[in-house]
Amino acid sequence: MIRRGDKLEPTSFEEAVSKAASILSNAKYPLLFGWSLTSTEATCVGVELCELVGGVIDNNTGFCHGPGLIGCHDIGVSTCTLGEVRHRADIIVYWGANPVHAHPRHITRYGVMSKGRFREGRKQRKMIVVDVRKTDTAKMADLFIETDPNRDYELLSALRMAVKGEELEQEVIAGVSSEKIEELADMLVACEFGIIFYGVGLTMSHGKSRNLDAALSLVRDLNRLTKFLIMPMRGHFNVCGANEVTSWTTGYPYAVDISRGYPYYNPGETSAVDILSRRECDAALVISSDPIAHLPLSVAKNLSEIPLITIDPHVTATTMVSDVVFPAALMGVEARGSLYRMDGVVLECKKLLDPPHDVKTDVEVVRAILNRVRDLKRV
Amino acid sequence: MSELLVSNGWVYDPLNRIDGERMDIAIRDGRVVDGVSASARIVDASGMVVMPGGVDIHSHIAGSKVNLGRMMRPEDHEKDVESRTSVMRAGVGRSIPSTFATGYRYARMGYTTVFEPATPPLKARHTHEELNDTPMVDKGCFPLFGNNWLIMDYLKDGRLDECAAYVSWMLKATKGYAIKLVNPGGVEAWGWGKYVSGLDEPVPKFDITPREIIRGLCKINTFLNLPHPIHVHTNDLARAGNYETTIKTMDCVRDLYHGGKPIIHITHVQFTGRSGTDWINVGSGAPEIADYVNKHEHAEIDLGQIIFTDTTTMTADGGFQFLLYMISGNKWGNTDVEAETGGGIVPFHYKKSNYVNCIQWGIGLELALMIEDPWRVHMTTDHPNAGPFTEYPRVIAWLMSKNARGNVERKLNKSAHRRLNVSSLDREYTFYEVAITTRAATAKSLGLKDKGHLGLGADGDVSVYAINPTTINPSRDYRLVRKALRKAAYTIKDGKVLVKNGEVVASVPGKTLWVSSDVPQDTYDQMLTNLKERFEDYYTMRMSNYPIGEDYLKASRRFETVAGQRI
Repeated sequence: MIRRGDKLEPTSFEEAVSKAASILSNAKYPLLFGWSLTSTEATCVGVELCELVGGVIDNNTGFCHGPGLIGCHDIGVSTCTLGEVRHRADIIVYWGANPVHAHPRHITRYGVMSKGRFREGRKQRKMIVVDVRKTDTAKMADLFIETDPNRDYELLSALRMAVKGEELEQEVIAGVSSEKIEELADMLVACEFGIIFYGVGLTMSHGKSRNLDAALSLVRDLNRLTKFLIMPMRGHFNVCGANEVTSWTTGYPYAVDISRGYPYYNPGETSAVDILSRRECDAALVISSDPIAHLPLSVAKNLSEIPLITIDPHVTATTMVSDVVFPAALMGVEARGSLYRMDGVVLECKKLLDPPHDVKTDVEVVRAILNRVRDLKRV
Repeated sequence: MSELLVSNGWVYDPLNRIDGERMDIAIRDGRVVDGVSASARIVDASGMVVMPGGVDIHSHIAGSKVNLGRMMRPEDHEKDVESRTSVMRAGVGRSIPSTFATGYRYARMGYTTVFEPATPPLKARHTHEELNDTPMVDKGCFPLFGNNWLIMDYLKDGRLDECAAYVSWMLKATKGYAIKLVNPGGVEAWGWGKYVSGLDEPVPKFDITPREIIRGLCKINTFLNLPHPIHVHTNDLARAGNYETTIKTMDCVRDLYHGGKPIIHITHVQFTGRSGTDWINVGSGAPEIADYVNKHEHAEIDLGQIIFTDTTTMTADGGFQFLLYMISGNKWGNTDVEAETGGGIVPFHYKKSNYVNCIQWGIGLELALMIEDPWRVHMTTDHPNAGPFTEYPRVIAWLMSKNARGNVERKLNKSAHRRLNVSSLDREYTFYEVAITTRAATAKSLGLKDKGHLGLGADGDVSVYAINPTTINPSRDYRLVRKALRKAAYTIKDGKVLVKNGEVVASVPGKTLWVSSDVPQDTYDQMLTNLKERFEDYYTMRMSNYPIGEDYLKASRRFETVAGQRI
């Protein structure tokens, strides 16, 4: 589809590719955004395209689990694959995460209900939930800690003190009594193998990467006493893949600016939301993501005002305001490709059906644009 | 038909016993031949050293923990960037370069083959995705077997035949090249935050000892006729007094040797060659290890030589990485992998003022200089653990020049220097020995019959260095040697010039090397039936999703072996 006047009209694939390539190669600072609901292979081609057009490649991490990666730059991270949790964990903590609704099969497959080599099932495991309200996940917990909103950093810091055996002088911290914090600390220290799964409740509340500094440090401290790990509850099915691909090709997990000819990274400066809010980019390609619906209104408005190319299997708010739209095959149904599970295990998605006539896969679309840009730039 | 003639260079080709002879090397369609037509492209190597393309036996360049290292260390990338050119992709990274930069930097040094030595089998697909994006070199990976639950179950039950069939299935499934063991049994213990010490302490909840795991896999390796011996990162890494564990590890398979190639490769022995009882009296156990290797032909080692610089340590030995975090206080990454292995990452700066770091530096060089047979001591830095691979020329200069070593020794921590033997060692490697330790011996150890030499039919992988061995004295002019090795005059891969005067002029994807070993069909079928029953008890993935298809590799090169009669 291609915009003529106010309307998106059907067009040939070749014409859409030419239009997209000309938008990107004429732009001074294009943004290539999305990559979290597509195949790893598509992102690989996307990075090459970004190098060629001298723009920024970013994924949804910036407004979901980016703080976890920034925390990791400072502290590192102690993590594992989900099978380790299934086989060994006797304490599982959910912090600002509600898997009963967000990851419905998680608890039975890998959580307290799962059966592993060294754990029979629910009776041999304890589940702890820290959240600002009693969620459906919290209802299953052996211990629920209801904290004040946006006070995670305080609570984590108090917990770190308690784990180290220091006395908490305040009676109530972040809305939680010090006795309860000490009870929690004792449980964590006494376990054989524990893990914290955290959600955007932790990453996107006040403090952001500071919260993750504290959480990652807590886990690091606990490893002096027992075995403890931590893992983000990621959302988009291949957002981890997007992080992995840009890390091995450019060194950085998201918000990569290649406009200088080499990769440069500074979230806050080079991340999509910030670039858009400052109106720095002059064209954008969005792949399998709906930023118009998800980003703050002023940012979405800025995005809608620049030449915009969208690749998506669905009709979304973003496709509606785009100048070029490529309907794409649905990954895992109409297209094969690899994806990274949230624990870093790679799976190959198979194709079940052929896509409708003339509908291409993400890889094919991005590669066609890349090849046309190459022609235009004569490289 | 493409033809190339590398003319008039001083050729060092130890596998063909050519020691600095002035010769032409002719290449047609990617292979060394006895002559080419007059229309062949000519590479003038007059007054230069010509060697087979470098073969790196142990360098962590791809996979999940390498990438976690990249994610953890933006500060490592900012200081070293590679801009996009008409033939090169952009990249970054000093100690953990991005994949494209890795390929270019190897090619600039004249290397044409690299092996990633620690791949968690469950995440092998990730390793191959990165290797697909590592251009310029042929490459392969060693899947980790030393803490695999199924292996430990099979070995404990004495079902060696089925275990061998399982290893054969795993190598095919992961497109792996060799059997790697990291801290056998110890990484499983680290799954509980615990440690296993020495060779005879049972692995918690598995009732098997590291010794049994090493011996079992060594027997299987021989039975399957795999091209490379078992590749072992020993237990007790980095502990004081661990040279004894290293010797015991080599010795525990001595009776399984019946002549021929070594049957055990001990890797980065610098990390496992320490004497003493504590950090304050740690010393070099290199003389004892060298003495053992000199007297026993069944074992070979690589160095893992320390470079004094800021780097990133990363191994599958998660427990060791935690200890390193405790010592250094630096940031710490850990990635445990279900039913198979673990992994860890800690940035580290080796300093000449640090007593232990200086001992480490000495151990590596003492090993290289005291082991008499250069075919059984390979030059590595265990990239990036002891230093980035881009510093190989520095290590080679130390091997070739007592003066180069002396220059460092003057600045070492004084008490460490007093305890080392380095200054009493006069040996200096020749170009011939350098060619052995960096390509011929590694290719031979890896069983790569077409690599590491320039005889007829060999791969057309050649490196040319702008240094004249007849006019310079490497002992005195080691800086010139170092400079020449950093930037090859030419790197030729499959008969194509990829690097000229240290600059990348062309890019090729490179092939992925892996081993397919056949075992008797009935044993294989029995193993598969058994595996299907147990697979989902152990893994969070379906068995049918586990194997990686050959079409997944950008360019595949399969090596086939057939198992022997009995184990």
